[in-house]
Amino acid sequence: MALSRLDNLYRQVILDHSSHPHHHGILDASTNQIELNNPACGDVIQLQLIVEDDMIKDIKFSGNGCSISTASASMMTDAVIGKKVADALEMVQEFSLLVQGEEPKNLDDLGDAAMLSGVAKFPARIKCATLSWKALNRALTEGKQTTVDGHLHRDEE
Amino acid sequence: MSLDAATLRKDFPILDQVVNDEALVYLDNAATTQKPTAVMDEMVNGYYYKNNANVHRGVHTLAERATVQFEAAREKVRRFIGAKETAEVLFTRGTTTSLNWIARSYGELAIQEGDEIVISYMEHHSNIIPWQQLAKSKKAVLKYIGLTADGQLDLADAEKQITAKTKIVSIAHVSNVLGVINPIEKIRDLAHAQGAVIVVDGAQSVPHMPVDVVALDVDFYCFSGHKMLGPTGIGVLYGKRAHLEQMEPVEFGGEMIDFVNLQDSTWKELPWKFEAGTPNIAGAIGLGAAVDYLEKLGMDQVEAHEQELVAYVLPKLLAIEGLTVYGPQDPSLHTGVITFNLDGLHPHDVATALDMEGVAVRAGHHCAQPLMKYLDVSATARASFYLYNTKEDADRLVEAILATKEFFGHGAF
Repeated sequence: MALSRLDNLYRQVILDHSSHPHHHGILDASTNQIELNNPACGDVIQLQLIVEDDMIKDIKFSGNGCSISTASASMMTDAVIGKKVADALEMVQEFSLLVQGEEPKNLDDLGDAAMLSGVAKFPARIKCATLSWKALNRALTEGKQTTVDGHLHRDEE
Repeated sequence: MSLDAATLRKDFPILDQVVNDEALVYLDNAATTQKPTAVMDEMVNGYYYKNNANVHRGVHTLAERATVQFEAAREKVRRFIGAKETAEVLFTRGTTTSLNWIARSYGELAIQEGDEIVISYMEHHSNIIPWQQLAKSKKAVLKYIGLTADGQLDLADAEKQITAKTKIVSIAHVSNVLGVINPIEKIRDLAHAQGAVIVVDGAQSVPHMPVDVVALDVDFYCFSGHKMLGPTGIGVLYGKRAHLEQMEPVEFGGEMIDFVNLQDSTWKELPWKFEAGTPNIAGAIGLGAAVDYLEKLGMDQVEAHEQELVAYVLPKLLAIEGLTVYGPQDPSLHTGVITFNLDGLHPHDVATALDMEGVAVRAGHHCAQPLMKYLDVSATARASFYLYNTKEDADRLVEAILATKEFFGHGAF
C-alpha cells in the first residue's frame, strides 16, 4: 500500500510533537514577536521570544497549522531555547539545508527537528516545515521590541 | 451513468497513469480540468503546425486562416453561452482578468462616493479584491451577503444588503468551495429592481451545466477556459452590448485601435476595442475545441453525470465517522465540488496521504479566506469531480480517506 511511504514523513516522534506540541501558548511578555503566514495554504504561526543577554531565555508559539508545521514549530522551540541568538540563526540555515535533502554540518544541534529530513521527499510540504524557522529568523533579525508583521491574535489558540 | 465516462477517459490520456504506485484518480477539477486530445490537437496541429500567424493584421494566407480560426472560436463560445452576438464576447486571460476589467472599466463609470457594491461571503478572492480596490479608490462601500446554516446564499439578507445605493452586485454562479449553485435569477431581480447591474463569476458553472446568458438576463458573465477542458491563459468576459459600448478599454495598444493621432486615438468596434495586443490565439482556438467537445456530449448530460456521481459519493462520505462536509448535504444542491475535513486531521496531511493513494485533491483555503473565516476553519480538503470521473474514482476516494484515518490512528491525534 502506497500509504506506507508516509512513514518517512510522519514518524512517531513527529506525530507526538504535533499532538502534544512543546512551548505552545502565549507568553505574558516578550522582547521579540512575530506573526507569519504561509499564504499558499493559510497556515499561520505566532511566535514570541524573550531574548536577554543575546540568549533565547523563553519561547512560545501558537497559531493554526498542519501536523508537519505544528511538529516543526514544537521541535524548533525545543532546539533553540537556551541558545545564543547567533547559534539559533545558524540552526535556521542548517534546518533549511536539511529539508532540501542536504546534509547539514551539525545535525545533532537540531535535536528532534532532524527527524524532519523526510520532508525533502515531499516538495509540496517543505514550506510547512520551514514556516516556524522562518518566523524565528525574522523575529530574531527584525523583530526586537516590536511586532513586525501584523499583530498577535491572542484569542486564536 | 448518463455519460459513458469509462469510454470518455480514452480522450484524456493523462488520466491513464500511475502516481505513487497507484492508478491516478484526478479529483482536483475545480482547480483545473484535464484536456482531451482533440483540444491539444486543434491547438498544436490545427493552428501552430499549419496556420500560425497573427490575427486581424495580415493580408497573407496564413494570417487570414488564423483570423478565421480565432473568430470561429469566438462564435463557438457565443453559441455555447447563448449570447446574442460575438460583439458581446471578449477574450481575456481568464475569469480573474474578466472581473478586473469590469471593476476597473464599468466600476469607473458607475461608482461614486458612497455607492454600494454587494458581493457574498462565498466569493473567490478574484471576485473580492477587484471590488475592494474599486471601493477604496471611489470611497464606496463593499457589502457582503451572508449565508444560511447549510451554506446557501441567504436571500433574506440579500434583500437587505442590496439597496437603492447599490450599483453593482457580483456573485458566483457556483461556489468553488461549497459547490452550491446560487439562485442567480433571484439575485438578478433584486439587483435590477434597485437599478444595479449583476456580474456573475461563472468559473465553476459554465464547465458543469448549461448556461444561457440571455435567459439569465445578467449584465456580465465571466469564465475561464482551463476549467472546462480548454487551455490556461484564455477566458471570457460576456457583457451586454449597451454596457460594453459605454465602457473604456482597460488596456491600450495595437489591435484595439481605429485611428491613432499624435495626441488622441479612437477605438475599434466591439469586441476588439478591449483586446489590446496580440491575443492568446492558440488559447482561444483551444477553448473553441473544448466547446465543441462539450457540445457533442451535451451540457445537460455533463450536469446529469456529475449529479449522479455526487448522489453516489456524498452519502458514503457523510457515513465516515469524523468527516464533515461543508455546504449543503443535499446532492441536488451540489455540483461535483465537495469540501470536507476529518476530525483531528489537518487537510494538508489528508491531501498528502490521499496523494500517496493516487487520489489528487486540493487542500488549503481555496482562494476564499473570508469564507474560511465564516465557516470558522483555517483550511479544508476539496474533491471535485468532472465528466471523466467514474463511480470507481468515488470509491477510491472513500477507500483512501478510510486508509488515511487508519494511518493517523482513527483521527485520535
